[in-house]
Amino acid sequence: MVLDLVPLWTALLALAVFYYVVFDGFDLGVGMLYGLLPDEAARRTAMNSIAPIWDGNETWLVFGGLGLLTAFPLAFAIIIPAVYFPILIMLLALVFRGVAFEFRFKHPAARRFWDGAFCGGSLVATFAQGVVLGSFIAGFKVDGRHFAGSSLDWVAPFPLAIGLALMFGYSLLGAAWLILKTQGDLQSWARRAGQVCLIAVLAAILAVSLWTPATNADIARRWFSWPDIAFLAPVPIITALIAAGEWYALRSRHELLPFLAAIGLFLMSFIGIAVSLWPMIVPYHYTLWQAASSPSTQAFLLIGTLLLLPVILMYTAWSYWVFRGKVSEAAGYH
Amino acid sequence: MALDPVLLSRLQWAWVISWHILLPAFTVGLSAYIAVLEGLYFFTGREVWFRISGFWTRIFGVAFGMGVVSGIIMPFQFGTNWSRFSDAAGDVISPLLSYEGLMAFFLEASFLGVLLFGRRLVPPWAHFFAAFMVAFGTLLSSFWILATNSWMQTPAGYKLVDGRFEPVDWFAIIFNPSFPYRLMHNVNAFYITTAFVVLGVGAWLIRRERAVEDARMMVRMALDLLIIIVPLQIFLGDQHGLNTLEYQPAKIAAIEGRYDTVRPTPLTLFGIPDDAAATMRYAIEIPDLGSLILTHSWNGTIKGLKEWPADERPPVALPFFAFRLMVGVGVIMLLVAITGQLLRWRGRLWDSVWFLHLCQLVAPLGFVAVIAGWVTTEVGRQPWTVYGLMRTADSVSPSLTGTDVTWSLALYVAVYLIMYPTGIAFMAGLVRRGPREPEAEPQLIEGGLPNQPFETAARMPAQS
Repeated sequence: MVLDLVPLWTALLALAVFYYVVFDGFDLGVGMLYGLLPDEAARRTAMNSIAPIWDGNETWLVFGGLGLLTAFPLAFAIIIPAVYFPILIMLLALVFRGVAFEFRFKHPAARRFWDGAFCGGSLVATFAQGVVLGSFIAGFKVDGRHFAGSSLDWVAPFPLAIGLALMFGYSLLGAAWLILKTQGDLQSWARRAGQVCLIAVLAAILAVSLWTPATNADIARRWFSWPDIAFLAPVPIITALIAAGEWYALRSRHELLPFLAAIGLFLMSFIGIAVSLWPMIVPYHYTLWQAASSPSTQAFLLIGTLLLLPVILMYTAWSYWVFRGKVSEAAGYH
Repeated sequence: MALDPVLLSRLQWAWVISWHILLPAFTVGLSAYIAVLEGLYFFTGREVWFRISGFWTRIFGVAFGMGVVSGIIMPFQFGTNWSRFSDAAGDVISPLLSYEGLMAFFLEASFLGVLLFGRRLVPPWAHFFAAFMVAFGTLLSSFWILATNSWMQTPAGYKLVDGRFEPVDWFAIIFNPSFPYRLMHNVNAFYITTAFVVLGVGAWLIRRERAVEDARMMVRMALDLLIIIVPLQIFLGDQHGLNTLEYQPAKIAAIEGRYDTVRPTPLTLFGIPDDAAATMRYAIEIPDLGSLILTHSWNGTIKGLKEWPADERPPVALPFFAFRLMVGVGVIMLLVAITGQLLRWRGRLWDSVWFLHLCQLVAPLGFVAVIAGWVTTEVGRQPWTVYGLMRTADSVSPSLTGTDVTWSLALYVAVYLIMYPTGIAFMAGLVRRGPREPEAEPQLIEGGLPNQPFETAARMPAQS
């Protein structure tokens, strides 16, 4: 009897995706807010707050992509072609954004261009990720083991709406990060921006929570049938409590709480999606077990992952510790 | 004319991987060079090693960053454009690819930060160790990615179940028949590529009379390495060729421009291949030499492409010309390496301005050879993605239209044409600044520093 590694790989992938969403989420969020910041000093401070850590965050995207390919190759082979253009646009936007980090400081003359690339790249990458998520929840046209739709299937109200919603979600994370890392006028600015984003995020969560069960009978049954509703009721209740806490935190003097509450909101949304789709990895065609690679494949990569992942996590935690505290405008990136 | 998603996807793959491979071709060699320099500094304590190492480490940081950014694009290509291949071969190749990603990821998260920003923050032995680990890590990355590629060229250790490849023996999968040859030939090519860049940069610095002591050291080191590894590469290439003849004879036929089986086989120096008529036009041939080079015997037989059905033949023109380009570059490299040693032996190296100028001109040749070699081996294995088992045409994502891929290819072209020139100009700027005295090294580490006392932050290496 071979040990079933599917639950472990599901957990690892879920961890990678959630980690990516929260951590690259806040630095993409800072990137979007960047375009709205009042002056050069604020922009510089905002950029300094994410400069040491952003590319470490981005590598989790590769880990997520390769993990999906290794553990669930069928899901990779169906989902990725279905979101051909969102993935393409996301990758190119991330490239531009990464390059902008370097060149903004190297070429002051071209600063306006690279500022635009940084902000625009963050915005487009976020929107594209939201579209991928929206397409995933909406499900794909599948024929046998192939995606059978067109490369423009994602141009539909639901995925586009999720794209928009994620822009507010990441911006909320970004604002909360700025509250944590800055002070004075910029911090007050971030609190106001955070409140606007929070209202939009809550509206989006509410809309999605009504939209998906209304259009998908299975999801409706999962959430609203007895006795499931009793087990699942805490999800919306806790979400509401966290939302109230976030509103309070943004308007009070707390500095860490807004960030934690924003992560909480993402976690609850993440759980909500997982509950709705479980055990599907290609909604609504293949389950995690049907799409899984051979046990030998999963076991082979697991060895290295379990060996290297803790080291990576420890180093990451350490580097956040090193860069703890407030950033200033003066401490230049280079 | 209808746009063919298969051809366009192949072009897109060629475009993104060709640009990407330039960076590993440089960073694998450069990290090894830096590790050697750091080791020399650690054991001798001479400042010259410290200066040269610092100079190249700054350039390495940029190249590695570009490698990561262009590398993020690569795994997604398997899904966007080659989904049927991913489904069929995913069980076998995906862990190898993931190990490559994990290694690079691991490196970036750990030793790279110490190497790039930790010079004054950690003891010399720790910095040497970090440099060594980065060099070792880039080698491991090469190991996994070339294992993947080699498995696609000479598949082993699998079983076919309903048209999908399932792993049976991981050792056989990784150490498949062409892997040892490909790995050695590639890694040595990366070292040669870097050595020529170091040679060219050193020569340039000497001619500009900048940091002449350091620059002479670079030129000497590069020449000493090249006189060993360029001849070695010719031997490795020959061995790789024998292996290809055994496992992928059609590729050899394409490289040789051989449509008809002739015994003994002549060597075609040049010609214009015509695949439709299956004939080599205007061929210039040397009798019997093909047999000698390829089989190491005077009357060995090289099978011509007509031995294979027309739909199992690779196109001839690209492997034929790319191979000749690679070999031509190799000959130039050998001549430069020998000339350099002769001039040194006669004590005239530093006065021979023409030779220093030549060193500058040949600095990018390694990249040319790497791309030419890559084109030879990749076009030569067509029409297969998994050799003899899965066709390229059956590997592409079925949902893609020609228009889809035209758009994506156009966007990749546009973005790379902005990113690469900018990055290269940036590295050129670092070269122009030249090696600096240790005191001139900026104390600031990368990144926005927190408002902690400076010492607290400065003790820690920044993450890259």
